Amino acid sequence: MLEATDLWKKYGEVQAVSGISLTARSGQIVGLLGPNGAGKTTTVSMIAGLTAPDRGRVAIDGMPLTETANDAKRRIGLVPQEIALYEELGAEANLRLMGALYGIEGKLLDERVGAALALVGLSDRARDKPSKFSGGMKRRLNIACALVHDPDVLLLDEPTVGVDPQSRNAIFENLESLRDRGKALVYTTHYMEEAERLCDHIVIVDHGKVIASDTRENLLRLGTAPVVPKGPSLESVFLQLTGRALRDGA
Amino acid sequence: MKALLALVRADLVLYLSNRRALLISFVAPILIAGFFGATLGGNPGKRPARIPVAVVDLDQSDVTRAIVAAMRKDDNFDLRDSELAPAIEQVRAGKIRAAIVLPKDFGKDAPRALFRQDGKKPEIEIHVDPSQTVTMSLVKGLLAQHVMEEVARTVFSGANAAKFLADSKTAIEKSTDISPGVKKDLAELLDRVEHLRAQRSPDGEAAGGGGAGFSFKMPFETKEREVTSGDRKYNPYAHSFAGMGVQFILFLGIDLGIAVLLMRRMGLWKRLRAAPVSRGLLLGSRIASGTVIATLLTAGIYAAGIAIFGVRVDGSWLGLVLVIVAFGVLTSSFGLLIASVGRTPEATRGIAILATLLLVMLGGAWVPTFIFPEWLQQATLVVPTRWAIDGLEAMTWRGQGLEAALPAVAVMLMFSVAFAATAVACFRWEE
Repeated sequence: MLEATDLWKKYGEVQAVSGISLTARSGQIVGLLGPNGAGKTTTVSMIAGLTAPDRGRVAIDGMPLTETANDAKRRIGLVPQEIALYEELGAEANLRLMGALYGIEGKLLDERVGAALALVGLSDRARDKPSKFSGGMKRRLNIACALVHDPDVLLLDEPTVGVDPQSRNAIFENLESLRDRGKALVYTTHYMEEAERLCDHIVIVDHGKVIASDTRENLLRLGTAPVVPKGPSLESVFLQLTGRALRDGA
Repeated sequence: MKALLALVRADLVLYLSNRRALLISFVAPILIAGFFGATLGGNPGKRPARIPVAVVDLDQSDVTRAIVAAMRKDDNFDLRDSELAPAIEQVRAGKIRAAIVLPKDFGKDAPRALFRQDGKKPEIEIHVDPSQTVTMSLVKGLLAQHVMEEVARTVFSGANAAKFLADSKTAIEKSTDISPGVKKDLAELLDRVEHLRAQRSPDGEAAGGGGAGFSFKMPFETKEREVTSGDRKYNPYAHSFAGMGVQFILFLGIDLGIAVLLMRRMGLWKRLRAAPVSRGLLLGSRIASGTVIATLLTAGIYAAGIAIFGVRVDGSWLGLVLVIVAFGVLTSSFGLLIASVGRTPEATRGIAILATLLLVMLGGAWVPTFIFPEWLQQATLVVPTRWAIDGLEAMTWRGQGLEAALPAVAVMLMFSVAFAATAVACFRWEE
């Protein structure tokens, strides 16, 4: 489904991404993990067509994805790290606008808007403005906006930042539901337990490079070293691979 | 096209739902234009504000009393009698513009000084408010008129005219500073004046009822004819609505630009860019929505000006519409330029406001450009707001036709293209 191959990106003198590759198949959630400044967001930007890679290629079912490749972009949905909503437009109006940008109209748009609202549990708040929503509701609507055009690939850049456990759980259920429907999801997060619960395949990046890429089970096997006394966890594996030094300056 | 319409519609809904922005963009210019219009002359046909001045008559002669009486009849003055000290205090407090002091013996010395070149002239002190230099020129001019008329009347027809002429003649003969030839000419002149005066009856009519009477008057009269459109009176609100409309719509342009920076910060711009729409469509939608909003607001401001303050479109309605739309395009491209060169909303807003204030000041929104020095009047032709204001005024009170609107429209559209091109070239697409 989604293939990102040998992506490179440099900003000035800073090499942000150095040869990252990842693949997300239909019905799979791929976790993209890494410390601050590891190159996750740049990678997501390149996959979404927002940033042109210096080198490398992104394709969906063999169709190259660039900023001007509209057919390929229609198959991707992006959930930015920020709550990217028109706060003073109603929830439904936000979704209708996003649908219109993807060329959806008429009855199909009505159906897609209704389905997206239902998926994230906001059908009864369709006319309310996001400015009146809780943080969790905003995050769910943020995801719904990326779903209204029914993409095959969903890119989620830390979609649960600042939400309560109930909303987080609801979001997980939404994402698992999407996976069950055959969508391919790329999920970046700092929360290891999220990746552990959701992701079928995990790519750990650091300093712009892939340092591990495997199934969740295989990665957990790497963590047999006694990093965490209670036994192997994704967090212990992550720390084992990326080190314990703080990355504040990254 | 549908994506473009969806983006424009969203911008319109967002703007119209923002009451604060509407208040600033719509109500504020109407209120401030109303204030400026009233200050610049108010309703057509109403008497202009009179200049408050005090006159201190230390002489109390027939001449000075006549001067004071003439000034009191003058509609330009709001004349107040006063003692010297309180009059100066009122000037200092800003309650009156000037205090005119007619000195002792003025009624005696001024007529003499009319012909005697060697004697010391009496001095009229004018205590002035230094912040009112323009008003002072008017006060001095009007005072000169009344003093000359009354002093001349005294010389040529007053009860003591013969004595004044005789004294003057004696003084000239005794003078050592005047050459014999000039003395002779002056003596002849005074003789002729005495001859004329002697022919007049005491009430000023010509003796014997034959020829015209003699008196000293200003050698001309003025008749004001306002050059507007047709015979209708000039409405100062027409200028203030053009100026304040342009200013506040440009402030709207700042908001449009800042909105893009906020969208960038909120991740909305990223989301829009991820959609299968071109960069041109994204920027074009901003220009389109900005143009629609600016055009509607300008039209609304003028509608209020017409309905409430009597602003008239004496020129071409089509021309006015074209000027307003062109200014809308200019405003939105200006906003896009702000969005492209700005980094953060906070830092950008201050610089953008400064740039806008300079544009409206140089464009003649605050004071008409004819007050500017000549070089600045020429220099401001490269300021787009000058063309906007000139275009709006041409279509309203100047009553000019469509052909007068077209240069302003063309220049504003050229500036819009330049702004938009610069914005596209400088726009930061990557976060």
